[in-house]
Amino acid sequence: MEPLNVYASRLITKKEYFTPGHRACQGCAEALAVRLVAKALGKNVVVASATGCMEIVSSPLPFTNWEVPWIHVAFENAAAVASGAEAGTKALIRKGKLTDKGTVFLGMGGDGATSDIGLQALSGAFERGHNFLYVCYDNEAYMNTGIQRSSATPFGAATTTSPAGKLTSGQVTWKKNMPEIAVAHNIPYVATACSSYPFDLIKKVEKAARIQGPAYVHILSICPTGWRLPPDKAIWIGRLAVETGVFPLYEVEQGKYRLTLDVGELRPVKEYLKPQGRFRHLTDELVEDIQKRVTEEYNKLKVKTTL
Amino acid sequence: MGERVGIEVSLAASEAVKMANVDVVAAYPITPQTHIVEHLSQLVADGELDAEFIPVESEHSAMSVCCGSSAVGARTFTCTSSQGLALMNEIVFIAASLRLPIVMLLANRSLSGPLSIWNDHTDVMSIRDCGWIQVFAENGQEVFDHVLFAFRVAEDPNVCLPVIVNVDGFVLTHMIEPLEFWDEATVKKYLPDFKPVNQLHPDKPITMGAFGMPNIFTEAKKAQDEALIKSKTEILKAWKEMGALVGRNYQPVETNHLEGADTVFLTMGSIGGTVSLAVNELRSRGKAVGQVRLRLWRPFPFEELRKAVKGVKRIIVIDRAISYGGPGGPVASEIRAALYKERNMPVITNFLCGLAGRDVTPDDYIKIYEKTEKMTKKKVREEDYIIYGVRE
Repeated sequence: MEPLNVYASRLITKKEYFTPGHRACQGCAEALAVRLVAKALGKNVVVASATGCMEIVSSPLPFTNWEVPWIHVAFENAAAVASGAEAGTKALIRKGKLTDKGTVFLGMGGDGATSDIGLQALSGAFERGHNFLYVCYDNEAYMNTGIQRSSATPFGAATTTSPAGKLTSGQVTWKKNMPEIAVAHNIPYVATACSSYPFDLIKKVEKAARIQGPAYVHILSICPTGWRLPPDKAIWIGRLAVETGVFPLYEVEQGKYRLTLDVGELRPVKEYLKPQGRFRHLTDELVEDIQKRVTEEYNKLKVKTTL
Repeated sequence: MGERVGIEVSLAASEAVKMANVDVVAAYPITPQTHIVEHLSQLVADGELDAEFIPVESEHSAMSVCCGSSAVGARTFTCTSSQGLALMNEIVFIAASLRLPIVMLLANRSLSGPLSIWNDHTDVMSIRDCGWIQVFAENGQEVFDHVLFAFRVAEDPNVCLPVIVNVDGFVLTHMIEPLEFWDEATVKKYLPDFKPVNQLHPDKPITMGAFGMPNIFTEAKKAQDEALIKSKTEILKAWKEMGALVGRNYQPVETNHLEGADTVFLTMGSIGGTVSLAVNELRSRGKAVGQVRLRLWRPFPFEELRKAVKGVKRIIVIDRAISYGGPGGPVASEIRAALYKERNMPVITNFLCGLAGRDVTPDDYIKIYEKTEKMTKKKVREEDYIIYGVRE
């Protein structure tokens, strides 16, 4: 972290665009991430949200936590809705029916809405080159429906549809690498972030909003409820995810990789897995497998940052 | 008034979209809707239509993009067919409950399977209860007129509902017909600029698409139902004004040869033209046969229908879709329901024909009439519906 960050909290607006009073669980780091993204984007934004936790906790008719224009249509189409809002506004500005305020168009969804059911709509919006930002709040399972596995659930994690049983030990597949899928679309900006590192997150979202064309920010959003973790440990476990190399913080600008936080020597993955109830069934062998995979993936990423 | 030109109906529909000066077109190609998206993208490429043409990756995204663009206040058009409609199904329902005035042209085509690209009404009947205003066109002129009508009604601040214009695939979309274009001044007079009641804009933040707990859901649905029912006032006004401007007077329920008729055919869409030939022939043979055409499918024109068939003894309802294991074709079911409380309710016989492009000629309708003439009341009860022309 840059030394300035000690004072940076004073530089962040006190104004809330995602207001208090929402119905998120205690310790929800996804709600925190949404709040930080909303602060980073400010007033001139149109938000298209997928169905999911953040939609449900923030919009029970007739209440809303959104101080900015916000629309929810369905589960798998936030990127398409955001791209439509962007295209419509663009046409209206060109035809002199609206003044150009530099509005940012934000599509947002959870890991299921992004890397599973909404992947096609997101890919389409990336490929068409809309000037929009998509933020994935990745809490690594379908938390809103009761902690079912998604393609973003990490290997070994027990969920209600990838339970630890006599034959299998939780999720049997490795986490889908959504940021890499975004990079493969040759979009100008891709970044990972975590609400345990708020200044890094805000900086990336601000940058993503400034860049012309599609941008993607993938935020690891700790879910104490689904990860079987005390609510007060959410920020701490997010830091461990980064420090163990499980979730490295990096950005890819015009195809160029950069680690935004080089943690130096990685801490053992065991430290990250142990406090979480969803990994409690893992044997030492499986923990070793995960460690091997994490080291491999981290090294691959490091190589890319030197290119 | 504008000039009369010979043009393919798909192209005419696109020209009407251009005259409506739409801001966004989002569509995915599917037969037989393709000529419309092709022509629209050409118009945009040539700078003749100043709009964003969004070549989406699926119909689901087509309707989703339409929701986004309509919500920011852009005049929005899409068109699809059959499987495309089935894929966008989820969002079609949501668009209506969000009260977004999207206009969709539906090139009616059979739903798979077996896979077929040909015309019937199974696609639109699958979304009968989607909450959109739904009209049927019989010929090219009606298609052109009703594209403009659709924008006018959808965007009316008293309506704020999406509109589907049903156009039979191939047999109508691909016909070359002589039709009258409107001139620009007339379009301007008929179709004012879109001034959205609600709009996603940073100056006045609103929340759209909030979720409804059981304590408020019923009220939201009641409000939506009322909005669709009430839209009829503006629908009638829009047709009346069109009549004054271009001289074509459209009605929710239209009739042909109803004088003294004891039997009437009831049709929707382009087969109305074929049936009218059969009716003419039967009249010349001294049969008291007439025809009722349903133009407005939603909101359902109960009043106008009851008035039209008053005194009629038998209605032959022609359906272009099957309700498997149900009480008959979807149109017949609704006609039966609409007339159930009528004193001297007519006998309703229901023929399902012209499925997936199977040709049905005027002779066939004459045969259908002759068949019903022989049917006793008891036989009608036994046969709630007859699938016509099945080869055995």
